[in-house]
Amino acid sequence: MSEPLLHATGLHLAFGQTRALDGAGIEVRAGEMVALVGSSGSGKSTLLHCLAGILRPDSGEVVYRGARLDTLSEEARSRLRRDEFGFVFQFGSLVPELTAVENVALPLRLAGARRRGAEAKAREWLERLGVLDVAAKRPGEMSGGQGQRVAVARALVAGPRVVFADEPTGALDSFNGELVMEELMGAARAQGASVVLVTHETRIAAYADREIVLRDGRVTSPVVS
Amino acid sequence: MTIAETLLGLLEPAPRHGYDLRREYDAQFGERRPVKPAQVYATLGRLARDGDIHVVSVEQVGGPERTTYALTPDGVTRLERWLTEPEAHTPYLQSVIFTKVILALRSGRPAERLLDAQRTAHVAAMRELLRRKSGADLTTVLSCDFTIFHLEADLRWLEHTAARLDKLAKELS
Ligand SMILES: Nc1ncnc2c1ncn2[C@@H]1O[C@H](COP(=O)(O)OP(=O)(O)OP(=O)(O)O)[C@@H](O)[C@H]1O
Ligand SMILES: [Mg+2]
Repeated sequence: MSEPLLHATGLHLAFGQTRALDGAGIEVRAGEMVALVGSSGSGKSTLLHCLAGILRPDSGEVVYRGARLDTLSEEARSRLRRDEFGFVFQFGSLVPELTAVENVALPLRLAGARRRGAEAKAREWLERLGVLDVAAKRPGEMSGGQGQRVAVARALVAGPRVVFADEPTGALDSFNGELVMEELMGAARAQGASVVLVTHETRIAAYADREIVLRDGRVTSPVVS
Repeated sequence: MTIAETLLGLLEPAPRHGYDLRREYDAQFGERRPVKPAQVYATLGRLARDGDIHVVSVEQVGGPERTTYALTPDGVTRLERWLTEPEAHTPYLQSVIFTKVILALRSGRPAERLLDAQRTAHVAAMRELLRRKSGADLTTVLSCDFTIFHLEADLRWLEHTAARLDKLAKELS
């Protein structure tokens, strides 16, 4: 078996008295889609943030492509997030001052693309996710579900190696939720990207190849499909 | 059973014989549970007796006899009534799982494992349906969706129950 692309073991992280992570671990292979499920407060978002180098665990290891990620400098981690990862956060994924098309073009612009090319590509993605009509709107002027689809477009636009998606369908009706999942899956498959998906909906989790169940900051059942 | 009404629906556009009806039934609705030939012929006989369909012609070309049927006005009325009538829901599967949970707890067996196993099986079935409907025609998509959403309802019930097993065990003891 090949080395996992992303590998975390024995993660502990406390916020004051709250043990958000209490020994959680996970393995994600290249091109694999893993769903993180578990009840509210079980540590899903915290685990996702540790895997993506946004939060640093108190102890434990996160290894990405054979190298420790949790011990990198803040600067090196943000470079990694920019160059290799795509994000859909549970709350506030988008830059409030930018329009939808500018938000989606942002990862390409940060990677050095010219504005016209980046925005043309951004429009393509907005169209695929059914939100081209809000291209000129700022996040405050969109519905929750529209904002979520714009965020998914932004997470995918630069062809990331890993997509981290925290409740990407949480604000959507089931039909649009499905549309977002199809696009997310399709793009990830086409690009060979891995996806770490947090969701509380089993129907959405079933899109993943595998499900990891969290309870009180620990993994209870690494169900292999 | 709804075979009778389904046959009425398939017969409505034009007269047909039993063999044809069975083929169409299976093509459109029989994916999970194909209809048995004898069932089709027996149902047609009953519908003719009740006056919902009538025999248009009987032919014999080499093989067996082929009876062609058509809808009567009574048949159209029955079909229309059925099409607009709401169906009773079918809580069948859930009640089997429910029975297992209660019996397991009453006998001091670990019901958690039962729920976990059921969840795993349901999620696997769901995954398979998602795979099947990916890129399929809309009829297939909607047919899969029907089952997917029912599985989802079961899964929610499993989650709710799993979260309250201890309480339930106390209540039963
Ligand atoms: N920044 C923070 N400061 C203090 N406590 C936090 C913080 N972030 C998370 N927590 C706590 O850590 C625990 C895990 O939170 P986390 O956000 O990972 O849960 P979750 O599984 O994502 O829940 P949900 O499904 O509600 O999003 C919770 O008890 C939460 O209150
Ligand atoms: Mg969360």
